Parts: sequence; C-alpha cells; structure tokens
Amino acid sequence: MTKIACILYNKNISKGKGLQIIADLFLGESMNLFDILGPIMIGPSSSHTAGAARIGYVARKLLGEEPIYIDIGLHGSFAATGDGHGTPMAIVGGLLGMKPDDERLPQSFELAHSLGIEIIRHNIYLREAHPNTAVLFVKGKKRQLEIQAESLGGGTIRICKIDGINTNFNGDYPTLIVHNIDEPGHVAGVTALLAKRQINLATVQLYRDERGGYAVMVIESDQRIPEDVLYEIEEMPGIIKVTYLNMDA
Amino acid sequence: MAFTSVKTLLDGYAKQDLNIEFWEYIMLEDMKDQQISRTESMKHVQELMSVMKQAVQNYDANQRSASGLSGGDGAKFAAAQEAGHTLTSGFIADAIRIALTMAECNACMKRIVAAPTAGSCGVLPAVLLAYESNFGAEPEAFIEALYVAAAYGQIIAYEASISGAQGGCQAEIGAASAMAAVALTYLHGGSLEEGANACAFALKNMLGLVCDPVAGLVEVPCVKRNVAGAVNAIAAAEMALAGIQSKIPVDEVIAAMDEIGKLMDSSLRETGKGGLAATLTAKKIEKALTH
Ligand code: SF4
Repeated sequence: MTKIACILYNKNISKGKGLQIIADLFLGESMNLFDILGPIMIGPSSSHTAGAARIGYVARKLLGEEPIYIDIGLHGSFAATGDGHGTPMAIVGGLLGMKPDDERLPQSFELAHSLGIEIIRHNIYLREAHPNTAVLFVKGKKRQLEIQAESLGGGTIRICKIDGINTNFNGDYPTLIVHNIDEPGHVAGVTALLAKRQINLATVQLYRDERGGYAVMVIESDQRIPEDVLYEIEEMPGIIKVTYLNMDA
Repeated sequence: MAFTSVKTLLDGYAKQDLNIEFWEYIMLEDMKDQQISRTESMKHVQELMSVMKQAVQNYDANQRSASGLSGGDGAKFAAAQEAGHTLTSGFIADAIRIALTMAECNACMKRIVAAPTAGSCGVLPAVLLAYESNFGAEPEAFIEALYVAAAYGQIIAYEASISGAQGGCQAEIGAASAMAAVALTYLHGGSLEEGANACAFALKNMLGLVCDPVAGLVEVPCVKRNVAGAVNAIAAAEMALAGIQSKIPVDEVIAAMDEIGKLMDSSLRETGKGGLAATLTAKKIEKALTH
C-alpha cells in the first residue's frame, strides 16, 4: 500500500469532512495478500477480538507505561456482543502489551488482577460513532490518556480521538504525535527536522483543539524514528508533548 | 492493490516474459505492492501454514467457548472416524474434521489465521491439511497454493466483499470456499483455467448465503458452515479438474455475489437479527447469555 503525503490544516477540520476523504483513500487501498490471508490472531472475531487487542496495544504505546487503572467504555456492537467475543479481555491484554496473536490474551484479566490493576467496564452510547467503538481512559503512575478508537474489520483500527482531539490514524506505520502551541511555524520546524534526518513521511495530519488552544500533528512515517530525533523535537520551542508509536518495536 | 479481476490476473500472467510460475508472479506483484522482500513474503506465508498446523495439533477436546456454544464437535467427529462410522473416509472425512476443529479453535480463543476472516478460518486449512495427509505433496506446494488462493481472495474482496457485515456469509464462507477450491485445483495439478472454474463453482454454490450468527457470536452457524465451505470446495475442485466448465465466467459470478450482498437485508448481514439468529431457540440462547 502506498500512502500519499497530505497536509491538512483547516479551521473546520474537526468537522470531519477532509478526514473522511483521507480515511476512504487509505481504506480502499489497504488490501494486500496478507490482509486476505491473515492476520494471525486469537479468535473468535477479527473486529471484536483482534481489533480490540490492537486498540488496547496502541493505547498502551501512547500511554508509554504500565497502566494502573483501566476504564473501558464500549459502544454499539462492541457493547452488545463484546463479552461473548472477548472484547474487554482483548483490550486489557493489549494494554498489558500483548499483540492480537498473543496466546495469553484469554488470561489478561487474571494477569491484570495479579498486577493490582483496577478495571472498569461499562457500556456507552455515542452519537454517530462506528458500531465497533471503544473509549478507553487509562492511568499510569505518571500519565493518563483518553482515546476513542474504532475497529473497522479484519483487525484494522482507527484512532479517532486522543484526549478529546479528533485524529485519524491506524498504527500501521511508525507514528509521531506532537502536541504543540497553536501558532505558525511549528509544523514546518518538525517536518524540516525530519527531512534533515532523511526520515520519509507517509502522511502529515494536523488537528486543533478548539478548547485548549493547542494543535496536534500526527505524522506517519515509512521508517522507524530514532530516539534522539524524538528528544530533539521535544526540546523545540512551542512543543508541549511528543508521543511515538511503533507497533513493531 | 495488485489484482482487480481474475481476467486481468490471468492475462497479466500470460503477458509476462520473465518465465516464472503463476504463484511466483502473484508473489512478485504483491511484493511490489507491499514493498517487502521475497524472503519476508515467503517467511510470512510459511508462518501462516505453521500456525494453521499448530492450531489443529493443539486442539483440546475439552475446550469450550466463553458462551458454551462451541467445542468438542471436532473430537466427536474424530471418534466417529476412528470407529469407522462415517459415511465418507479419507480426504473428505479429514477435511470435515479439520474444518470443525479449526472453527472451534477460533470460537474458543485460540491462535488461528483469518482466511479470509476469523469466522471462516477453518475452510482453507481443512482442505490443505487433509490433502497433505491423504495425497502428500512437497511443503513448497502448499506455500504456492496459498499465494494462488490469496490472489483470488483479493480479487473477491476488490470486486465484491469478504465481510459478512457487507455481503453476508457468501462473502465469508463463500470466499473461503472459493479460495480453497482454487488451492486444491492448484495442488492437484490443474490448469489456470481449471482454477478459475473451481472458483466460479465454489462461489456459485454459496450465492445468497446470509450471515445470521446466533446472539451475534461467531459460533452458530459459523462452525458448521466451515464444514460446508470445505466440502463444497472439494466438489468444486473435482468438477473443475474433470474439465467441466462454468457457464458463467468467474468475474461475473463475483459481480453477482456483490449484487446479491447489496440486495440482502441488513438483518441478514451480521447484525444477529434475522435468519437463524431470529429463531425461538436463538432468542432463548441470547437471553440466557445476557443475564
Ligand atoms: S454466519 Fe456470519 S459470522 Fe458466521 S461465518 Fe458466516 S459470515 Fe461469518
């Protein structure tokens, strides 16, 4: 699958239209042979189990530490048939660092309890959300995070909100998430740095938090991003927070 | 997206001048698409094969799904086979047992390969592994057959759908069965045209099949439909290998499947609302599970 680089920076972006165009572009292109044969996964459902585990795993990576408190809100079909498909168990497994094919997934609750992790699971109702949507609120010792994610089928997912800000990425690529003060220049600064280090960008998406007065850039890259580059970005003026997600690491 | 129709796949291969085999042509096209190396690609397919084998080997007769609806049937069938009480024997009986076994493994949260989906994960391994134990073939032949099957799956996904929620069960078990029929034809030395016919037969026999899982769970009727998909694949491959031709070309069959999927009421597309899911007993099961 080849992704096209796109830059979206528009005050109305959170209204969703531009994002939908991007989502369609990506989804339409994503079928390769191993999407047909695969994924290798723990049953029974690629959307309700494998996708759920992946959502948990991405949340763990974004949190960057072991969770001590997990609140799982399930919407739609996730709420209705999630228990029978092991959706909560898969999400918790992912949050404990298990991938969708990890044979320990069915025992994730036991493992979480033995680690003293508190888990709350409830049904939620969201307006106009994908039928397989989960909202996770997780706390670690140092950080906390809220994400809203959809399981699109075949084990693929979409992260649609992080801490209340609309996003649109799936974790297939090394992904950099940068929160910065909403003023000109920061995007160019970050992309220039990445270009200097010869890191090939697949997509660049920009979002702004209308409440907080800051912006978020989500950068998907074709390659791994070295740690020193992450530190360098963190040190740049106007940067609030840098999160890096690499599913293969 | 490498392949958009069976016709372009076969024409593309006929036109290539690299002097490579069909499966290799498919692999090379996909390597370009995914930007991966030959070693990466082959390693991945080998792993798929070994995960399928492991799942069957690790099958536990006592395993049950979280709902209690699935488990133990693969063992029951194995016992009947052992006792010599089955109607069929050898290849077909083995395929039935492996289809049950794999589909139960999926329901019981074991490690499986979605092929093309988790619900239909038993069909391909059923015919491949049963072929292996009854006819034998070099390990490479199975890898090659998987490439060929995957290319057909990709075409079905592109021209129609491989999701029960979109196209009903004809898109899941139907696609799996078509892929399995193509794989079998390939393994048994069939021509490219015979492979295309096998795909057409398998799909035609599954047209209209709705997705109606009881309580919305990938268990009833899914486990047994894997058996139907496997046996249908064998019949389709047999016909194709005998030189029987599909009157409707395979791409048109796939298009018809897409059309039928679009006409299907949403209650029959994985919502757990119509068909078997709406029966009295299904409603009772659903009630018991939610309380
Ligand atoms: S009935 Fe639906 S869920 Fe079950 S195998 Fe068929 S398509 Fe999949």
